[in-house]
Amino acid sequence: MKFIFMIVSAIFVNNIILAKYLGNCPFLGVSQKRDSAIGMALAVVFVLTMSSIVTWIFQKAFLEPLNLVHLQTVVFILVIAGFVQLTEFYVRKNLKNLYQALGIFLPLITTNCAVLGVAILCIRSSYNFIETAIFAFSSSVGYGLAITLFSGIRERYEICHIPRIFKGTAIAMVSVGLMALAFLGFKGMA
Amino acid sequence: MRVISEFTKGFWKDIPPFRLVLGLCPTLAVTSAAKNGLGMGLATAFVLVCSNVIISFLRKIIPSEVRIASYIVLIASFVVIVELVTQAYFYTLYEQLGIFIPLIVVNCIILGRAEAFASKNSVIYSFADGLGIGLGFTISLTVLASIREILGSGTFFGMSVFGKSYLPFSFLVIAPGAFICLGVLLAVMNVFKK
Repeated sequence: MKFIFMIVSAIFVNNIILAKYLGNCPFLGVSQKRDSAIGMALAVVFVLTMSSIVTWIFQKAFLEPLNLVHLQTVVFILVIAGFVQLTEFYVRKNLKNLYQALGIFLPLITTNCAVLGVAILCIRSSYNFIETAIFAFSSSVGYGLAITLFSGIRERYEICHIPRIFKGTAIAMVSVGLMALAFLGFKGMA
Repeated sequence: MRVISEFTKGFWKDIPPFRLVLGLCPTLAVTSAAKNGLGMGLATAFVLVCSNVIISFLRKIIPSEVRIASYIVLIASFVVIVELVTQAYFYTLYEQLGIFIPLIVVNCIILGRAEAFASKNSVIYSFADGLGIGLGFTISLTVLASIREILGSGTFFGMSVFGKSYLPFSFLVIAPGAFICLGVLLAVMNVFKK
């Protein structure tokens, strides 16, 4: 039951983009087309979940026993960058179809602050291994949901007549704000 | 004279995050109070100046194949300095900024300036560029945070502005208000575009 609350909370109530303000740059950058949004969503689900697990293991196995917690930021970003690179090599070599779908999105993920953000959040909330895995997976599903929905909205307003000064990022921010307002309605569910 | 133009472009021509639409996460997350916006801006500016100077200094030594990884490690070391200093001397700020202090590492403004400017220009220009863009970011964050704090909680740097009778427009303090407020400010900046 606790895990169900955790999943609902991470996907809807505390969505990492719409309530926790993480990962906005790629969110605005690749939500122009629905296909690329779905590609990005899949890549984030995979990388975010795996890298949160890997950084959690690093924290418990090396940083805490060796008393090096102050180096957390440096170690985590290196682990994430290395992990993204390894994933890219593996996917390119062995999973041709997946590589064509994810392709250019994989290297971009290193600078997605949602990845480092969720890894640090898991440590700061002192989650255990299972909780980290579930929280990271459901957070990334929340990210995927938000970016896919937003790309749909964006495809619609691109063809609408909008005031000249609101063209570009301004209207995108206002639409995200309205979407966040809609997601606020989930408050109280978990 | 180029030093001055590299410095001043951060205040209007390339002011982040309005003209240079980068680094949106801290812009939205920490600007619910003016004090947090100012603190976050100064922390980012410090990291940006240091990383620009050191990357520009090492630009002929770092091999181009591993440059992004090297930049991230250099930036991360300065972020650790900021993290430890705020934790030691500004603990309330450290608590309020939360995970957004370590997240300065993945702020795209810093990596963006390293890649686009510091890796191609000499140390003095990179210093001017880092300082200008950093202070421009601080100004933007403080302005956005002031608007949200004054209207959203009726205070400015913690001091009451409108007195007790003011009913705060608390929508601006939560997440949807942050997005819409930034969107409106971007639109206001677009008025001055041409």
